[in-house]
Amino acid sequence: MSPWRLAWRRLRVNRAAVAGGVLAGLIALATIAAPLLAPADPLAQPDPVGLQNLPPGAGHLLGTDGFSRDVLSRTLYGARVSLAVGLLAALLAVLVGGGVGFAAGLSRPAVDRLLMRGVDVALALPRVFLLLAVFALWEGVPLAAVILLIAGTGWFESSRLVRAHVRSLRDSDFVAAARALGAGRAGVARHLLPHVGATLIVCATLDIGNIILLEAGLSYLGLGVQPPTPTWGNMILEGKDLLFAAPWIALAPGLALLFTVVAFNLLGDGLRDALDPRRAR
Amino acid sequence: MLGFLARRLALAALTVLAVVTITFALVHLAPGEPMLGNAERMRADSATIARQRARFGLDRPIATQFAFYLANLARGELGESFVRHRPVALVLGEALPNTLLLGAVALAASFLLGVAIGSVQAARRGTWVDGVLSIGSLACYSTPSFWLGLVLLLVFGQQLGWLPVAGMTDPAAPEHVGPLGRALDVLRHLLLPAATLALVNAGAIARFERGALVDALGAEFVRTARAKGLSPAAVLVKHAGRSALAPVLTLAGLSVPALLTGSVLVESVFGWPGMGRVTYEAIFARDYNVVTAAAMIAGILVALGSLLADLAVARADPRQRPDA
Repeated sequence: MSPWRLAWRRLRVNRAAVAGGVLAGLIALATIAAPLLAPADPLAQPDPVGLQNLPPGAGHLLGTDGFSRDVLSRTLYGARVSLAVGLLAALLAVLVGGGVGFAAGLSRPAVDRLLMRGVDVALALPRVFLLLAVFALWEGVPLAAVILLIAGTGWFESSRLVRAHVRSLRDSDFVAAARALGAGRAGVARHLLPHVGATLIVCATLDIGNIILLEAGLSYLGLGVQPPTPTWGNMILEGKDLLFAAPWIALAPGLALLFTVVAFNLLGDGLRDALDPRRAR
Repeated sequence: MLGFLARRLALAALTVLAVVTITFALVHLAPGEPMLGNAERMRADSATIARQRARFGLDRPIATQFAFYLANLARGELGESFVRHRPVALVLGEALPNTLLLGAVALAASFLLGVAIGSVQAARRGTWVDGVLSIGSLACYSTPSFWLGLVLLLVFGQQLGWLPVAGMTDPAAPEHVGPLGRALDVLRHLLLPAATLALVNAGAIARFERGALVDALGAEFVRTARAKGLSPAAVLVKHAGRSALAPVLTLAGLSVPALLTGSVLVESVFGWPGMGRVTYEAIFARDYNVVTAAAMIAGILVALGSLLADLAVARADPRQRPDA
């Protein structure tokens, strides 16, 4: 049986991982189907005075906010920014990190040392501070730039992991065999790629949750995607001022964040245990 | 050991220099007019702006400005805040201790809580206790800190009314409370923001401690300790615990950036007068000197955290001493 099939079997019997995977899948589906599921237009303000700050009830399952907008609809639409940023930035980050780590692991010691020293310095940069500065100084950063910047400052860890993995495999028998059969650097790389793939999948999945939290935090500070487009972060920011009068405005997007991040972290933990059974405990 | 320390300090210095350079470039290349407060900017004519720019040397080429900045920095001069019209060292000097107090209390609490939870989990591995605590620590670790802060504020500040909802001191406190009374006042204000940061960070530490302890419990030396008749508690704490301490100490040192990030958010939730808030305001006001100095301090704290973690690890685990 192939190692991927084995990993799939181990993943399937891990109840926490399955729960996380199912939950993440449902959240992703709900995000795509937001126009079908949302009871109202997330931007519509039917009556900013008469219908503002309504508590959760029959008409509005999660209540309305200070502008009479439906909180459930806004929470559903807010998922779009979170998931787009989380999934795309995590994917980009592991691709870049994987590429650099792979190159460093296979290249000459001088090049390897240079790359990894650079990564050491980059890892010690105060990432959030830099993102905060860029987002605040260039006001109204577009979504694509948010994704690129988060990915561009988030690939260092995975490059280290991949490099360590490549180096640990470089002297193994199957690589020696490939070399003996005449494989060049590209040939060796092709043999190593499937092994590193597992590391990258785990890295990416565990990164999604962190990136979603990071984007939400920046959004909460009024940065990144701007209102009236709902993001979970800017919804919590708006709910903060009405916290005592209408707590549901901040609670709903916060719970959505919590469940989403828990789902991806459960799935990531499960994938790590399934793909690297020696580490499972 | 000395060689190791020198190498680490050199790397830290390089990192801090990189932080200063990047931040300096960012703030100077960004659009927007610095110098004046919002109200002043509204009614200032171009001559006033030009005069202000000349006064702070902002009309010179950016490379020259950077050279001047570094020269001043070498003399310990951080410059003047454009907006507050006070030396940067004073502005940040007031805010830094507040952030350090919040961060240090949160780090210590999260370390103790995380190690305790992780140890219970490892000792009761595979039972329902382990399962419940696993989910609990995962949830803590997955919670947005700023939102948790709001929830705690809602519950303990408003619903129960036990703790103050904002600030660091009670402005209505009588003058004659004395130093002890003032300390208690700060403590009451500190409780919620510190608990917020500590809970989120403890989740990560507990997950790590559990893993490290389970690894250690499977080691030969633990079997030996058991075989010679030590009690399970002694084995867990003295033998396995000591060996699991090193990775957890590393994690605690590496969580300094997360705590700094968290403090920007949590300070904004609780109105805590710390670095996070000052920095945030300075970025929006384009107060170049404050922003660059704040970035430098953040860089220094991060480097210091990882260095202290390495030293603590060397102390806790002789096998990991760099000269061993």
